[in-house]
Amino acid sequence: MHWPIDLIVLTFVIICAIAAITVKDLLATAILFGAYSFMMCLLWAVMGAVDVAFTEASVGAGVSTVFFVAAIFRTSRRTKD
Amino acid sequence: MKFLGFIVVCLTGAMLLYGTGEFPDWGDPYSPASLHLSNDYLEKALDQTQVPNIVTAVLADYRGFDTMFETAVIFTAGLACFLLLRDFREKEERFYRHTATGVILHVKDRQKVLLVEREFEYMDKDWVPADLIIKTVCRILIPFIQIYGLYVIAHGDFSPGGGFQGGVILGSSLILLAISYNLKTLVRRVKEKILGIYAAIGVLVYVGIAVLCMLMGGNFLDYSKLAPFVPNDPHHVRALGMLGVEIGVGIAVTAVMVIIYINIVSAGRHDEGL
Repeated sequence: MHWPIDLIVLTFVIICAIAAITVKDLLATAILFGAYSFMMCLLWAVMGAVDVAFTEASVGAGVSTVFFVAAIFRTSRRTKD
Repeated sequence: MKFLGFIVVCLTGAMLLYGTGEFPDWGDPYSPASLHLSNDYLEKALDQTQVPNIVTAVLADYRGFDTMFETAVIFTAGLACFLLLRDFREKEERFYRHTATGVILHVKDRQKVLLVEREFEYMDKDWVPADLIIKTVCRILIPFIQIYGLYVIAHGDFSPGGGFQGGVILGSSLILLAISYNLKTLVRRVKEKILGIYAAIGVLVYVGIAVLCMLMGGNFLDYSKLAPFVPNDPHHVRALGMLGVEIGVGIAVTAVMVIIYINIVSAGRHDEGL
């Protein structure tokens, strides 16, 4: 019985996705993307795709967040639109 | 215009949701995807390749050609980052700190170079004093992260993981070094030239194993032809071939992750950054 986990995690995925495109602060967006990736990782793990979950955790939640933060460090933290 | 875009997005989303209704159920044994090849892989992969993790067997053996070009894509990403961002010009402004007194000098003319490097320390513009706790914790943590990365690479055929994931973990351990100390510490330990060479070597290891199979009289990436190289354990030659390929992927991914990070965070100067 793991459908409630599915639904809870999917809700968080959608919340993170919507928050990431509405927030003005780009640093917050990067962190929200990390949270989004981590939720997706949980979702893959629940579905039994452990290899994909592993990749999502290391690449999506780990390294790409660091790259976003590095890019924000060199550009600007606020968006214009 | 914004309202129109909103309507278009909603319509597309509704159509996509409507389309997903036709999809087969999760894990449906009669879906087209699990009727043809999947059964074959699940039934025969262990006998044919001696690799318990079927995902790795498909990724590195049955679809080895695919993975080879994935590695090439990673290498190209690193190369593109280098070509776009790398900036060999010297910085106009420099900051030096007198180590004894803590007085900071702001040098605006780049021709004026301070020769007393032992008394003056070159420092970042956005320099933050490194925290002792963060430094110590990271110094203890980094070796364990690296061991874990090596484990993930080496156990790719038995458990989830493999070259890509292990390489990313190894690369992020080096990035952690740059974040916890400063970029100069990382650049001093891992030279840019070495990183580029390693990224190329990783791809070459993969292609080299594949070409070696051809030289031994087999097809491209046909690991079974490598049996003469492992006289002790010819039964597991395909698993060992996959391990070699994963090691190549791991080396390339590690180097490329560090190249991308250094180039982004220092805007291509490789001198100061996070």
